[in-house]
Amino acid sequence: MIRIGVLGLQGAFREHIRSVEASGAEGIIIKRVEQLNDIDGLIIPGGESTTMRRLIDKYEFLEPLRQFGKQGKPIFGTCAGMILLASEIAGFDHHHLGLMDIKVERNAFGRQRESFEADLDIKGVAEAYNAVFIRAPYILETGAGVDVLASYNDRIVLAQQGQYLACAFHPELTDDHRLTAHFVTMVEESKKTLAS
Amino acid sequence: MSRLGTDRVKRGMAEMQKGGVIMDVVNAEQAKIAEEAGAVAVMALERVPSDIRAAGGVARMADPTITEEVLNAVSIPVMAKARIGHIVEARVLEAMGVDYIDESEVLTPADDIYHINKRDFTVPFVCGCRDLGEATRRIGEGASMLRTKGEPGTGNIVEAVNHIRKVQSQISHLRSLSEDEVMVYAKENGAPFEILLQIREEGRLPVVNFAAGGVATPSDAALMMQLGADGVFVGSGIFKSDNPEKFARAIVEATTHYEDYKLIGELSKGLGTAMTGIEMSTLTPADRMADRSQ
Repeated sequence: MIRIGVLGLQGAFREHIRSVEASGAEGIIIKRVEQLNDIDGLIIPGGESTTMRRLIDKYEFLEPLRQFGKQGKPIFGTCAGMILLASEIAGFDHHHLGLMDIKVERNAFGRQRESFEADLDIKGVAEAYNAVFIRAPYILETGAGVDVLASYNDRIVLAQQGQYLACAFHPELTDDHRLTAHFVTMVEESKKTLAS
Repeated sequence: MSRLGTDRVKRGMAEMQKGGVIMDVVNAEQAKIAEEAGAVAVMALERVPSDIRAAGGVARMADPTITEEVLNAVSIPVMAKARIGHIVEARVLEAMGVDYIDESEVLTPADDIYHINKRDFTVPFVCGCRDLGEATRRIGEGASMLRTKGEPGTGNIVEAVNHIRKVQSQISHLRSLSEDEVMVYAKENGAPFEILLQIREEGRLPVVNFAAGGVATPSDAALMMQLGADGVFVGSGIFKSDNPEKFARAIVEATTHYEDYKLIGELSKGLGTAMTGIEMSTLTPADRMADRSQ
């Protein structure tokens, strides 16, 4: 069975586990670096990116997470997780993991009162997908090889680059598991490739 | 077409705070210390609860200058307190762009009968509760997040412990009831029937429930997590301690790793004096903030 970890330092990780399990894979909460060896793919959940980064540093997760991605194992970053994956963050000198060739802007739609739900068409994955945006970021620019999968009002909110998937919204907060299922498929394929 | 202020958006915001610490701050400098230490949000106030206690008189919404200063200082969410039932203070905070409003018993209630109808607002609310009746009434009014009331500004964890245990044991009891017993339970506890049915079905509250009111040490924070809190509010504890930076970081880590006792022991070393606590029996009924408005 496919085993998917959800980084469990802070944020909505239990909801992701539920969504992973509903998509037919096994979900594991990752709190220690050595657990990364046991999983085929990883979700970095929504939460507060500043808080998560501090805990990532404190528990020396930064390099192991980069290595995990560079081995070819899929990583799905949602909301704060997307900020952690990005190679560039508008207004900041440093990136976090820097694995994905995207430039993101934090809290780009505004504060909490501007947070919203909207229906998205996701290329090759789903139509009328109920997306929940909470103090959400979006993608300002994408590099070569980044496939834009969904936009909202001309702003990029979901993109894929090889084994990396990043979205600005929260797929774990609804019962619509189509996007998580897409990630599970990515992990299944990568597991086959890596095994051969 | 986008939908603003839906339950999912309002409750979801609190979901993102889970496993984190929300810290009371009274200025931009403290807000930055909190953010740097890893707080998931800050609560902008004019005075922390222990100072409100000391000052006496009527405690109101903070001067908007302070809230604005904090909003501009950090990129994490900013919460602020409005008096219970004070619709206008809440509207002012919403208009300023505050991310979450705490309709709080720490301030002097403006209405000792009715709470704010929180469904009317786009901004989400957090409210205090001591038991399942109070929790479900607040949810019924539209609260998107709950916290224990505890006894604010005392540095004494006993009331927060009582409140979280009470809510948990009532949820267990509710789950053991047959559906036809729930209506009487609703009547006896002044709890909305439909919300009770939902809790009975799912085995948990439909919103996030944090601990608040008396958390003074890293161990206190970890204790509340172990008792089932989704996260922790720390009021007077941090900036009334000798070394706020160190203290704030220790509380954040103890909340994340609440079952790692060796780590919590390490974190607790040399933190200096925690805030001076108050024993519950020395409080007069008028001093007890948790009893304000039910």
